[in-house]
Amino acid sequence: MTDVVETETRISQPRPDGLRGFASDWASDQRTFKNVSWGKAMMWIFLLSDTFVFGCFLLAYMSARMSTTVPWPNPSEVFALNIGGTEVPLILIAIMTFVLISSSGTMAMAVNFGYRRDRRKTALLMLLTAFFGATFVGMQAFEWTKLISEGVRPWGNPWGAPQFGSTFFMITGFHGTHVTIGVIFLLIIARKVWRGDFDTEKRGFFTSRKGHYEIVEITGLYWHFVDLVWVFIFAFFYLW
Amino acid sequence: MVNIPSSINDPIPAAEVEDVELYHPHSWWTTYVFSQDAKVIAIQYSLTAISIGLVALVLSWLMRLQLAFPGVFTFIDADRYYQFITMHGMIMVIYLLTALFLGGFGNYLIPLMLGARDMVFPYANMLSYWIYLLAVLVLVAGFFVPGGPTGAGWTLYPPQAVLSGTPGGQDWGIILMLSSLILFIIGFTMGGLNYVVTVLQGRARGMTLMRMPLTIWGIFTATVMALLAFPALFVASVMMLFDRVLGTSFFMPAIVEMGTQLQHGGGSPILFQHLFWFFGHPEVYIVALPAFGIVSDLISVHARKNIFGYRMMVWAIVIIGALSFVVWAHHMYVSGMNPNFGFFFATTTLIIAVPTAIKVYNWVLTLWRGDIHLTIPMLFALGFIVTFVNGGLTGLFLGNVVVDVPLSDTMFVVAHFHMVMGVAPIMVIFGAIYHWYPKITGRMLDETMGRIHFWVTFLGAYLIFFPMHYLGLLGAPRRYYELGESVVNPPSAHDLNIFITLMALTVGAAQVLFLFNAAWSLRRGKDAGGNPWRATTLEWQTPTTPPPHGNFGKELPVVYRWAYDYSVPGAPEDFIPQNEPDPENRSREHAS
Repeated sequence: MTDVVETETRISQPRPDGLRGFASDWASDQRTFKNVSWGKAMMWIFLLSDTFVFGCFLLAYMSARMSTTVPWPNPSEVFALNIGGTEVPLILIAIMTFVLISSSGTMAMAVNFGYRRDRRKTALLMLLTAFFGATFVGMQAFEWTKLISEGVRPWGNPWGAPQFGSTFFMITGFHGTHVTIGVIFLLIIARKVWRGDFDTEKRGFFTSRKGHYEIVEITGLYWHFVDLVWVFIFAFFYLW
Repeated sequence: MVNIPSSINDPIPAAEVEDVELYHPHSWWTTYVFSQDAKVIAIQYSLTAISIGLVALVLSWLMRLQLAFPGVFTFIDADRYYQFITMHGMIMVIYLLTALFLGGFGNYLIPLMLGARDMVFPYANMLSYWIYLLAVLVLVAGFFVPGGPTGAGWTLYPPQAVLSGTPGGQDWGIILMLSSLILFIIGFTMGGLNYVVTVLQGRARGMTLMRMPLTIWGIFTATVMALLAFPALFVASVMMLFDRVLGTSFFMPAIVEMGTQLQHGGGSPILFQHLFWFFGHPEVYIVALPAFGIVSDLISVHARKNIFGYRMMVWAIVIIGALSFVVWAHHMYVSGMNPNFGFFFATTTLIIAVPTAIKVYNWVLTLWRGDIHLTIPMLFALGFIVTFVNGGLTGLFLGNVVVDVPLSDTMFVVAHFHMVMGVAPIMVIFGAIYHWYPKITGRMLDETMGRIHFWVTFLGAYLIFFPMHYLGLLGAPRRYYELGESVVNPPSAHDLNIFITLMALTVGAAQVLFLFNAAWSLRRGKDAGGNPWRATTLEWQTPTTPPPHGNFGKELPVVYRWAYDYSVPGAPEDFIPQNEPDPENRSREHAS
């Protein structure tokens, strides 16, 4: 047997490019995705699974909308706000979308500063992201209140197919729950960054694992995913 | 260039990740109850699954008693009968088989067979079990609420599942069932992510994907499928829960019930069927693929021969997994969907027979001229092959639209799926328990009791389900509480029903013997030593038996060869462990 020289761990070895590199990674031992940590791999696979959840929700909604025999309420009118006497279609949704997309930008910046170990900026940008997220959920609560006051219920609405209300509350509710969970995670991680837990590699309360700045990126993956899902909800529910 | 051993003599790459630090328990509670050790979690999962499985076994007895002796057991009325059917099916498919194969065997074997310290996220793994337990408790709560558990059938088809005519439909039953499913899926996702990431990212040095034992390939592929299929059930459960609780109409068309127009309207029951079976068909293979993997290893070990066509076996598992996502509507030929779909889904369904047949041939070719030891795990493995072929052949009948339509909703269907995904995987579960019990406890299960258990279970299962095919061909419908004297239930067929029931009671009783054996052998069993079957895989090479927390002592194993170096010519023994260096390049790995 040949003696094995221990190389420094966690440092990537040079790898062939392209298809050859892909094949050699999958044929290798220990790790299939080289230089991808366990946490990041786990988040990616979770997001794949969650994609199927949202995919099923949206497909169910589309099949209901396509097969309904009574008219589907017109989203442009239902989601219009009366501003200064004129009905502006989809204005609130447009602002919500803008806020959420902006939060993806601040999140990406937070990841960048996290890897530079700039504690202050990372934490502030994460707080800003969380603020945008909370604003989004707040506007969604406003939208729900408005529709409920106009008589939209999960079992019916004044304008047409009862599935309008049920799919609306279900899909936006499920997405809003995702955003809310994201906000909570952002606040927890921002606090840890602020305290410098990742500089001292402080151990997690539950898991007793050492913390790393990578968790900022993993939280970011989740956050970008929630944004991306919103883009599809926006396109399929509001713009259709 | 990354250093990939192209021949067995190449050096093994250095460790890429530093050894993990595990959470070491400080108290009795964190050692045995809230344990983060995958092996303890595996045992917790298994014991919970087997306990709830026993409930399902008793339910099947009660159903059989009603079918054989209608009117004798007066406490089994029509509502109870439907509740028993529903709970029996749901428990067996999800809470027993899925949980036991993935949560039980997955947790125990993945880290050990891959040479890992533990799952990658032990804490999430622990949560997974406790949420699973909660899901089981919510399910069982159905028996104790007003109206009892749901009686909608295990497929929970709307609209009847949430109507007052179905037991539990307008009571607590359906709500608890759907909540329990949602909890199960959340809990499973936590565990499933662990299994997948451990296989992909947590292997030992030298353990390439193509050196993994087929057990791990089966469990891994099944877990990936579960992570993609369970979302459909999750969504269907949430939507039906809303239909029931909030009064939405996702799955509810306009309905007049007992002369009253209900508030529902415009929903699509077929949509539920599509969502359900998009989960439901992959679910069949979520149960079958771990069984395929485990049985391959049992046959190889107990026939002292390398598995025939290892690569083909791996690809067959992966291809079956992928194909199973495009066959779901073969459960819906009589649902009223567009008949053209039937053509597509019949074609994809029959294509699955190709990789499946490859697997069966390879098992048989592994046995051919092998040094077959008729140990109890081997008996169960052989029992599996025969049963699986039987169930697969009736699958060809049901996969074809024109043959399926008259057979649909008859006892033939019941017989088919009990053979293929009831008896066959349970054979593997028993084989696997007899095989790995020595590693888990350090003691052998009693041989005599094991043999009685096998023969009664194996022969009994055939005596139960073979006559059922005949009843189905006669036209006896399934899910009927009482057939009475009818054209599909002449006196001769009724006698057959009594016979089936007696056999079911016998086979059930044989499982008590198995449980006694498992309890008795825990203290009185023969001492097993570290590697009683003389097997090559890493779990048998641990420093102590049962393996300690962290599995492998101070140094993690390094893998030099595949898992199937049995009866290698010129080797001193008829097996060479995976972690033994191979200076003379004797391994048969590249010969296959």
